[in-house]
Parts: sequence; structure tokens; C-alpha cells
Amino acid sequence: MSLNYDQAIEKYEPTLGLEVHVELNTKSKMFCGCATEFGAEPNTQTCPVCLGLPGALPVVNKTAIESSILIGLALNCSIAPFSRFARKNYFYPDMPKNFQTSQYDEPICINGFLDVEIETYEGNKVFRIDIERVHMEEDTGKSLHVGGSTGRIHGAEYSLLDYNRAGIPLVEIVTKIVPNTGKYAPQVARAYVAALRDILRGLKVSDVKMEQGSLRCDVNLSLAPSGSGELGTRSETKNVNSLRSVETAVSGEILRQANRLQSGEKIVQETRHFLEESGETRPGRSKEKAEDYRYFPEPDLVPVVPDNKWIEELRKTLPEKPADRRKRLQSEWSVPEKEMTAMVNAELLDTVEETVKLGADPTKARSWWLGEISRIANERDVVATELISVTAVAQIINLINQGELTDKLARQVVDGVIAGEGTPADVISKRGLKVVSDDGALMKAIEDAIAAQPDTAERVRGGNIPAAGALIGAVMKATGGQADAAKVRELLLKHLGQ
Amino acid sequence: MSIRSSAAEMAEALTKKEISAVELANQHYAQIEAVDKDVHAFLHLDKAGALAQAESIDKKRAAGEKLPPLAGVPLALKDVLVQKGVPTTCGSKMLEGWRPPYDATVVTKLKDAGIVILGKTNMDEFAMGSSTENSAYGPTHNPWDLTRIPGGSGGGSAAALAAFEAPLAIGTDTGGSIRQPAAVTATVGVKPTYGGVSRYGLVAFSSSLDQAGPCARTVLDTAMLHQSIAGFDPKDSTSINHAVPDVVAAAKKKDVKGLKIGIVKQLSGAGYQKGVENKFNDAVAELVKLGAEIVEVSCPNFEYALAAYYLIAPSECSSNLARFDSMRFGIRIGDDGSKGAEEVMNLTRQVGFGREVKRRIILGTYALSSGYYDAYYGSAQKVRTLIKRDFDAAFEKCDVLVSPTAPTTAFKIGEKSEDPLAMYLNDIATIPVNLAGIGGMSLPCGLADEDNLPVGFQIMSPAMKDDRMYLVGGALEAALLSKWGKPILDFAPRLAGSK
Ligand SMILES: [Zn+2]
Repeated sequence: MSLNYDQAIEKYEPTLGLEVHVELNTKSKMFCGCATEFGAEPNTQTCPVCLGLPGALPVVNKTAIESSILIGLALNCSIAPFSRFARKNYFYPDMPKNFQTSQYDEPICINGFLDVEIETYEGNKVFRIDIERVHMEEDTGKSLHVGGSTGRIHGAEYSLLDYNRAGIPLVEIVTKIVPNTGKYAPQVARAYVAALRDILRGLKVSDVKMEQGSLRCDVNLSLAPSGSGELGTRSETKNVNSLRSVETAVSGEILRQANRLQSGEKIVQETRHFLEESGETRPGRSKEKAEDYRYFPEPDLVPVVPDNKWIEELRKTLPEKPADRRKRLQSEWSVPEKEMTAMVNAELLDTVEETVKLGADPTKARSWWLGEISRIANERDVVATELISVTAVAQIINLINQGELTDKLARQVVDGVIAGEGTPADVISKRGLKVVSDDGALMKAIEDAIAAQPDTAERVRGGNIPAAGALIGAVMKATGGQADAAKVRELLLKHLGQ
Repeated sequence: MSIRSSAAEMAEALTKKEISAVELANQHYAQIEAVDKDVHAFLHLDKAGALAQAESIDKKRAAGEKLPPLAGVPLALKDVLVQKGVPTTCGSKMLEGWRPPYDATVVTKLKDAGIVILGKTNMDEFAMGSSTENSAYGPTHNPWDLTRIPGGSGGGSAAALAAFEAPLAIGTDTGGSIRQPAAVTATVGVKPTYGGVSRYGLVAFSSSLDQAGPCARTVLDTAMLHQSIAGFDPKDSTSINHAVPDVVAAAKKKDVKGLKIGIVKQLSGAGYQKGVENKFNDAVAELVKLGAEIVEVSCPNFEYALAAYYLIAPSECSSNLARFDSMRFGIRIGDDGSKGAEEVMNLTRQVGFGREVKRRIILGTYALSSGYYDAYYGSAQKVRTLIKRDFDAAFEKCDVLVSPTAPTTAFKIGEKSEDPLAMYLNDIATIPVNLAGIGGMSLPCGLADEDNLPVGFQIMSPAMKDDRMYLVGGALEAALLSKWGKPILDFAPRLAGSK
């Protein structure tokens, strides 16, 4: 009999550890001047330094150091007054020097924390995640194994190497062990990565696109019998590349390990690979014979010694913390929690805020971006802000508020702007979209409708208000949808003595 | 003016248009053709490139352009510095046929100075050795006695100077590779302060010790070349952002009155050849005559310098040489479609590296391994700090330190090649300078009585005080020249065919 999740959690206490790799969005690489653009022709963004040619030497990218310090400050870390790069030695064809220049025992930021909040049936809960370190390193190149069935090196006919990614700055953020999350371990892990992503996005130091690999997460997990206070053997699940996957990877590992332990087997300390399709993990290389990377201080680089003045200047540039900002906007806009979460998850919080800044009503801004515009964006598989500008949406919302457009007309304006017909004003004039607000014209249509449906009119006169719908519909039809329905209703009811 | 003239004299003749840069380059190529079959100082000649550079200098001069002081003077470049489009092998099979796509900063500076690079000189493979016998392309022979070694690793550069194949040369010095060859060939060589000359484009052996430097036949020539290649380089993070001391003025000053010169007690005695010690002492006596004050200093930790060096240098080299994996440049062995990348890497490294290089890679890999790191690499770094402190204490008592450059004169080719430890001892007096990152010069101070072979005199100066070596070297050189009546290289036997 295998254990289900609830049974597993009852018997075993999970301990988490999360390592997040963030690709910085600096214009140039970590140790040379090469461009870092994503998706360029293979091997066009290389030079003697990032190809590891004999004689070439690294020079640290100052912006990458600034970004790392900003990340450390945002995560409440201490910034080391002295930190160093080291060489991590191992052979692999996509690693040009056959060592990776990485910080090892002297990282740039240490001892921080991040509080994350999750929703539970028992109400919202806050977990403090302690950060052990934030360190800098360089990315490797990419190997493409051709001719095999698996796309892996074994069985491949030959391999192609692309060094464009080699030397792109990475920051690794490592948590201390995260105990006592119990059954919430999967949610806490997800919430941590989400919160971290929001912070990094706010700092503008990375594109944080998990699907493009600019944010990658490794999940360490171990189980110990509940109440034992012990620490079990951990597995390390690599390359978990979406928030949902972080959650499934943790719950999946809890189940797998609990069932192994339950049947008397041992947990092997190993690297496991997350399978995006099934949500399961498969074993990678065993760490029993731990690889010896022969770390030693990188003699080609001088230590990183940021002075206090620089750190304090950077601290001043820190943006509002995402969690604080959410709370502030939520109260300013009086938005329910659920709607707020929806905006964050759709990555539209910035967009809605900008729209509001242009004078749009917060509720309308939210519903237009999350509703109609997102719907069209989803249909076309594009990002909402690529379809229509914040300015256009703000103008349309302002016209609705001034009574110049009805919701129905506004949808046509949105369609027109998306179709490239110009600004909202252009679309309105080209398509002749105008609210019919002239009472005389409306009264004429109302009287026509009453004349056409005398029985219905009589029922309304007799107090059957819902029956008015048919008359309002007729008026709207007659005016080509350009009338303000609320106005029509008001005039009609008044006319019929209601 | 002849090929036996100094670089300064050649520069003057060029300025006065008594000779053209093209003629001067051709005279040297003629000498190379005549003697290099016996000396084997060069691995590659870049005649086309050199003559094009010479021609452009001549044109500029004819047009009345103001040129840098050494414009048009030929130079021999150690094959460990990359030069765009010109084969660079580091004396190794591994890089056979590789033409670098970029110039080392030193090369850029040489080109900017109008210097004509004749070709690339022989060396111990990847600069590992003290005799140039470890070159994959055969040894270089000492022009003083062709059966003897020219020192190493920069034996090619030193021999080219002593054989009048070039008046200037560039060497690199990790544990003595500029100074020891200078000593055994009676030429001048300087290892500048670490960070004084850019390492960008110098194929690394041991990054924290490597330093490129100038070599020539006179102290002034060496200073002029030093001035041309030194200075801050933003491409080398370990380069010093500080004005280069005026070494040319120091070389010309020839005044050591009142200067305090320290003799390091630990760099004499057991292991030092009698004739070497005698000539060294004679030179010290000359300095006293010139008004210098002699102080004896003790540097007790020098005893551990050799051991520390043979942990640090191999450790760094084991990592630096990892990039030679056949993937992006150099030779590739066994890529017949049946083998994986790892196997091809292994085969290439088996074939491409020579014995001494493999020995050091294995030694360094071991020293960095987990469980051994603290005992080996860690302890060696501590010794390094202690050696720096010894120097600091010594320089509180004196302006420069002096010692014999090498414990013996040139030995026979093959004599020590089976005994690595005996070979390593050649660098016992030069290594402390590299470990401390300070400056060191070797200049000739006579011929040893027992074998009539050159003896080198080492001058060590504090970091960024490289001008002091030139001050003392210039004065001593002048005194010895007047004592001998002619340049020391005129005492060397004439090479067959020499112009
Ligand atoms: Zn690059």
C-alpha cells in the first residue's frame, strides 16, 4: 500500500532548500564585453575571453556586481566587505576554460531573509525563509546533441556547441534549510520563488523568464520521521522551470521519498531531473562519489571590495518591496485580494498601475486589462501590452467615464486600435462611433418602440419593470448600439410613468 | 653601426637615417639565417609582417613624422605571447598550427612603439623548465657553447640576443625564466613588478606569478624596452593602475653613492658554484667602489620558497592548461567519428603535452584536491606571505637586494633532463622575487674562472620601484665595462657564419 500525500506528511517532516539561478540582464557578459542578447545566431556573441582562448583574461562587469549587491540588499543580506571569485574545475566541452569562474567560500552577500505569505484554510500564514548566500558566477555555453533519440549526449552522433551563453552573468541565491513548513512545503516553495521573482523584476536586474531559463530553480528536499528532529538524506531536483513545477516537484519528492522510506529503502543523495510533462523526477548522477572541483581563488581577478558609500548609494535606489507595494495598491484601489493576485499572476500589475496613473479608474483599468484585452492576447498568444498601449487604454476608459463611449462601443474602439486603425480618437472618428445622447433623438426611437410594441408598453405601465428590456433592446437596435443603455432605460421608464 | 650595436645605437642610426628599418631587419634575418641552424633560437619567422612594419616606419620617418624612440628596431618575441595571425605554440605540440585571432597587449604596445617583430622564440613547453630542453621543437643552444643550455624557459629570447639575431627580446618570468637565461648567456633581463606589464595575451602558466618583461644586451636598451611595454591595461585585472617609474632616466644616471645594497645571506653558500660566488663578490666590490653601502640581510623563509613555488605554480597550471582540450583550437587527436568528446580530449592531451607539463599538471591537480588543499596549496600560500614579509623587512634596511642570479653557469644539454629536482634548483635565487611580486634584474658580472662561462648578477627592488634596479644595474654595467675594456659578449667564441 503506498502512502498518499496526507499520510506521507503525517509520518514525515519535510525540510526544504532552494537554489535559484538568475541570469542577469546586463548588456555585456560577466567577464568580457560581448553582448548577451537572447536568441542570436550561434557563436556570434563571443570573443577570446569567453571562448577561453590562450592568453585571454577576465575583467569583472561592474554592473553585474551592482545587480548582485542590489539583490542582496533587497533580500536583507549583509554585503561582504571582501569577496572573491574562485575556479570550479571540471571538464565539459561547453565550458570554454574547463573551469567555471564562480564565487565559492567568499560570496558577495550573506545572511538574509525573505518573508513569504501563503493562503491556507486556516488563514494566511507567513514563513520566513533564511537566505544563506547570494553569489556571482558565469553561465556555460550550450550543447546540442544531434542524432540520438533522447537529445542527450549518450547515443548522439555529434554535438554542436554554442558559446553565446558562455560567460553570461548568473547570480545564485541559496536558502538555508527551511524547516517546519509541514504540509505547506510545496506552497511555501512556490511562494518563495514567486516572491523572489517579483523582487528581481522590481529591481530590473533580470528578465526573470522561467520558460527562457533566465530564472532556474533547484529544489533540495529531505524527509525525517515526524517529531524526530533529525535531518534526512536530501535529493536535489534540477531545472524546475515554472512556479507550478516548483510546487509539483516538492510534493512529488515528498511522496517519492516517503514511500521509499516506508518500504524500508534508503534515500540516495543524488541529483534528480524534473520532467515537465509528467511532473515526476528521474534520477541523474549519484553524488555518492562527490565530484572534486578543486576550487581555488581565481588568480586572474582581484577581490571584490565594495566600499560602504557605494553600497549606501545602491540602497537608496532600491524600489518599494513588492509585498509592500501590493498592500499599498490594494488599499489605494480597494481591490479584493483575489483580484490583486490575479493581476500579479497575469504580470499586469505594472500595466494597471501605469494606466491608473494616466487618470483611468482603477476598477475599469483592472477589468479591461484582465478581461477583454487579456482574452484577445490569449487567443493570439501574445503579451497584452504588445497589443495595445497603456495610453490608449487609459484614453478609452476616460471616454467611458465621460459618457462619450459605452462599454459596447469601447470594445469596438479597442478592436480598432488593436487592428492598427490608429489612436482611440482615430478609430472613433473613422468608424463613426458616438454615443447618442441627444434626448430628442432618443425620445423619437423610444416612441417608435412603444408604437411597435403597445402590449409590452402596457405591461410596463402596469408595473412590470423587467418587461422594459424588450423595448430598450429595440431602441438600442434602432440607434445602432450607439445609445447609452442606462440613459435609454431612464427615459423610457419615465415616459411610461415609472 | 652593426648588428652587434646596442638597440639605442640602432635607434640613433635610424633617426639619423644612416640605415633604414628594412635594411636593419634584413641584416638581422641574414644573421638568423647564418647562425640559427646551430642556435635554434627561433620557432617561427614572420618576415612578411616584420618587413611590412619596417617599411611603414621608414615611410613615416621619411615623411618627417615624430616616431617613438625604438621605432624600427628589431625584436624577438617569446612564443608564449599571442600575435594576431602569427603561429603561437608556447613550445608545445598542443598548439601546432594555431594562429591567434588577437594581439597580446604587449604586442600591441610593441607595434605602437614601431618595433619590428622578427619572429617567435623557442622556450620550454608552456614556460615550464630552466633549459629550453622541454620545447617540443628541440632545444636551443647557448651561443657561448653550443653543447650547453641557454637557460629557460626563455632560452630562445636570450640566445637570440647573445647570437646577435636581435638586439631586443621579450621574455616571461614565472620563477626566473627571464633572469636565469640572461645570466647564462651574458645578457640583461628584467622581471618587472607583478602587474607592471599587462598579462593579456600571455598564455598563462601560473597566473599569480607570470610576468612579461624586457630583455636586451645593455641595461639602457632593457630600460627603453621596459618603458615601451609597461603600463596599466584595463584588460588585465591584476595590472597596476600607477605611473611607470622612469626606468630610462634611472639607467642613464649611473650614480649609486650612498645607496644601501643588501646581500641576502640565504642566497649563497651550499649549491652555489665557486666561480659564480667569486664574480658576484667582485661585482659587489665594484659597487662599494662606486660609493654604495653594503648591508647583510637575512630572509629566513627563503628556505621554503622552492617548495612553495612547486605547489603554487603547478596548481595554477593544472587549471590554466585545462582549456587545451582540442574543442576550439590547437591539435585534435582521435576524432574519427567513433569516439566521444571526453575520449578525444584525453587522447589530445596525452599526445599534445610533454612530460614536464604532464608532471606539473598531475602535481597541481593533486595539490588542489579536497583533503590535500590545506596542507599543500594552503600552506604554500602562507609561505608566500612569509616571504613577502622577509622582503618587506629587508627593504626597510636597504634600497635594493642583490644575489647571484643562478647558482651555476650553463650546464650541458641533457645533463639534468632526467633529474627534475636538480633542474628546479636552478631557480632557487630567482623564485622568491616572483612569490613576492617584486622586480628582479639579471645582468652579466663576468665569466666564472673554472669554465669561462657567464655569471649573472641579480638586483631585486621593491614593488613599483623598478627604477632602482636600473639605477644600480646601469652603474654596475658601466664600471664593469671599463674594467673589461669591451662588452662581455665580445669574449664569446664567434659562431660559425656569424656576420
Ligand atoms: Zn566575450
